[in-house]
Amino acid sequence: MSVVSYIFGILSAVLILAVVVEMLRRRRLRERHAAWWFIAGLLALVAGVFPATLEWAAHLLGIEVPINLVFFVSIAILFLVSLQHSAEVTQLESKTRALAERLAIVELELSRSRPDKPKV
Amino acid sequence: MTDPYARTLIVMPAFNEVASVGAVVSEVFAALPGVTVLVVDDGSRDDTAAVAMAAGALVARLPFNLGVGGAMRLGFRYALENGFDSAVQIDSDGQHDPAAVPSLLAELANADLAIGARFAGEGDYRVRGPRQWAMTVFAHILSSISHTRLTDTTSGFRASGPNAIRLWAEYYPAEYLGDTIEALVIASRSGLIIRQVPVSMRQRAGGVPSHNPFRSAAYLARAGLALVFALIRPRSSYRLGGTP
Repeated sequence: MSVVSYIFGILSAVLILAVVVEMLRRRRLRERHAAWWFIAGLLALVAGVFPATLEWAAHLLGIEVPINLVFFVSIAILFLVSLQHSAEVTQLESKTRALAERLAIVELELSRSRPDKPKV
Repeated sequence: MTDPYARTLIVMPAFNEVASVGAVVSEVFAALPGVTVLVVDDGSRDDTAAVAMAAGALVARLPFNLGVGGAMRLGFRYALENGFDSAVQIDSDGQHDPAAVPSLLAELANADLAIGARFAGEGDYRVRGPRQWAMTVFAHILSSISHTRLTDTTSGFRASGPNAIRLWAEYYPAEYLGDTIEALVIASRSGLIIRQVPVSMRQRAGGVPSHNPFRSAAYLARAGLALVFALIRPRSSYRLGGTP
């Protein structure tokens, strides 16, 4: 591994962490959503600074080519984040539904309690 | 309050039904004097709400389309909050005959949920092919779950008593096909008593029943999935709602 690719790996990891921290700081990202990205950034930083840890972990799991461990962990994290998002969308959708139903009832009752106003 | 239908709420989910909703509301009032009709305008883009209101119905307007499940949950919640003893779902396309409502309500004397069944002898409503096989399979499974003989599990023509209203106001399934098949599973697993009443059903004014084999297969698969998931859901997710 050349010095350039070594530095490139570290810079990429630092960039991921910087973006996550900055978005947290500006409240553009909530903590529970940031957690997975933060973990991903930290893992990338550790593997970037100490490539030996990657080789050690790959050997421990019996993976011949260490880079495959990187791919596996990346895909696993992306998968889990997608799943989390699907669950959150489902939850948001059911809250929106409940709000819409509530709103329609309140509107109906409001129009009935003010008969002078044209209904709806 | 001597009117026999004063404590009955007719809930009519309506999505772009301007052509039929007015006539159906008038027909309901003619068949059931003194009843309250709530048309739930499910995000229609036409004048469904105005026509229903002109016909004398209460109209609740959903800001966007939620499907029959969402519209019905609204109706049940309204029934619960305004002290109605029974709620009857009637489609606003004129498919359900309001003249059958008294027999549904009479059945509520010894049941929590009365289903108007299309194949139980009356009327000339028929479906064929895979859709019919699927309906037969679902009818068998749901009959054994609910300990009563059900032949038409996808009928939307239903009357709900006080217990059913309390359950539905809190938890009425919103998924596609959930409002029919899953609702029956939830009702049985919550200990409600379900009975079936034969009713005659008219052909829909508009819309042609689908005979596309791919659509039939998709329908079968989705209905099957809905049934399986309804059965494996934790029982604790079905809570009875109270008055807020």
